[in-house]
Amino acid sequence: MNAAGNWEALKTIVFREVNRILRIWGQTLVPPAITMTLYFAIFGNLIGSRIGQMNGMRYIDFIVPGLIMMAVIQSSYGNIVSSFFGSKFQRFIEELLVSPTPNWVILTGYVLGALARGVMVGVIVLVVAMCFTDIRLHHPLVTVVTLLLTSVMFAFAGFINAVYAKKFDDIAIVPTFILTPLTYLGGVFYSVSLLPPFWEKVSHLNPVLYMVNAFRYGLLGVSDVPLATAFAVMFAATIALGAFSMHLLIKGRGLRA
Amino acid sequence: MTQLALSIRGLQKTYDNGIVALRGIDLDVAAGDFFALLGPNGAGKSTTIGIITSLVNRSAGSVKVFGHDLGTEREAALSCVGVVPQEINFNQFEKPFDIVSNQAGFYGLPRKLARERAEKYLKQLSLWDKAEVAARTLSGGMKRRLMIARAMVHEPRLLILDEPTAGVDIEIRRSMWQFVQSINAAGTTVILTTHYLEEAESLCRNIAIIDRGVIVENTSMKMLLGKLDRESLILDLADPIDVCPDIGIVQLKRVDATTLEADVPKGTSLNELFDALAKTGIRVRSLRNKANRLEELFLSLVERGPGDAK
Repeated sequence: MNAAGNWEALKTIVFREVNRILRIWGQTLVPPAITMTLYFAIFGNLIGSRIGQMNGMRYIDFIVPGLIMMAVIQSSYGNIVSSFFGSKFQRFIEELLVSPTPNWVILTGYVLGALARGVMVGVIVLVVAMCFTDIRLHHPLVTVVTLLLTSVMFAFAGFINAVYAKKFDDIAIVPTFILTPLTYLGGVFYSVSLLPPFWEKVSHLNPVLYMVNAFRYGLLGVSDVPLATAFAVMFAATIALGAFSMHLLIKGRGLRA
Repeated sequence: MTQLALSIRGLQKTYDNGIVALRGIDLDVAAGDFFALLGPNGAGKSTTIGIITSLVNRSAGSVKVFGHDLGTEREAALSCVGVVPQEINFNQFEKPFDIVSNQAGFYGLPRKLARERAEKYLKQLSLWDKAEVAARTLSGGMKRRLMIARAMVHEPRLLILDEPTAGVDIEIRRSMWQFVQSINAAGTTVILTTHYLEEAESLCRNIAIIDRGVIVENTSMKMLLGKLDRESLILDLADPIDVCPDIGIVQLKRVDATTLEADVPKGTSLNELFDALAKTGIRVRSLRNKANRLEELFLSLVERGPGDAK
């Protein structure tokens, strides 16, 4: 297809994904708002007021960036893994595979769909957070780029999970046993500087740590890791996961016999 | 020279589990043809269609669609093809209008044109009143028609129908065939696989029979049916008989008191048969073919096996 045809195909995939997100808003947009309201109320207000300060700021202010990142990561990953696996399971992915839509357009369309949900959820959680505390953007560009990059990165990761998944259990294993522990241990609720030196070093192997801290820098101006390192890790991981996703699509892994 | 809608050379497919589905088939389908691709279950029909539509990766060989090589000009080749698969493969939670118009988008049609085409084909396939309901609520026949509308929305030059009438009642089947015949008459090449051989016989001009990954016959329907050297007729008799008569020119078998089965060699006149029966006092009230003619040939070809293929 020519560029205009590819653009139409891309728009179609993205609109279909966004329509799906809005059609089942009770599953896609509301749960993060409820969960994060509870986090802010319990950990932020009730427990946080007794914890005191973290990295020189109120505990509730400290956890806001991490909780927004956590919601964005889970939403981006969850959107693409359930949507793409669902299309495989019901076989309507064949609608795309038999068409002349190039593989890169298919991948971009699904990733943009996941990004759309990540951003929607990020904004919703930000609004919820504003009900509990004052938020001022320390560095808007860092905040926005980190949000987008994290969402894209976990969209690729979710895509890879969906490609390999053969049953619904397979799309729950990674979020439960890998994604959630990485997020909780990625400095959402604490500064890694509180950890013993060994565990602090181990924490630096966790890619979520860099996203949470880059986002925290964007919102609050503090970070446990250098900003350049955080962006280098995020860019490298995004490129690696994107390249591998494309490779799987070209090979037709789990899609073409 | 006739333009080829489809040209397959040396196509082979061995699945990861070691099953050899295609053993190097060659197949040409002329542009504008209504072509039957028949074969028993597991013969390789769906694998062939899967390769043409890029759902199955081939092990060796080449496929060209209207001159576009699937290996080197994938997008151009796929732009020419529309496919109606055996199994329902649309999003059951979407509306028919969205399913069809989105498919047009995947072929690069602008949104406005996509919506116009979706309306056109949903109307032609009598689904317009269901355009905004959830697809899962459609009946089996409607779902089949929806898949035809979806396959036609980019107006392909080659339409592949993989057992489209399986489980569909006669009335809907007839209306589907009327539609497909009309688009074939308008120039769309049609390739049909079906287990209803009378459909293939009445609709298709050319035919290939595939068995165990090998094309065992590839000719015109007329030529193939001309190969039939005998025909089995069922004769319903006006009066009951106790003993099967011997009339010489045709071998008869008594099925029951009022039914005879006649094994009629090609070239035997039915008048001769009726005269011979009349001489023995038998009056025939009606007659019919024991089996579809194509069915008899089909069974003889696939029972013979690919090793005997010419």
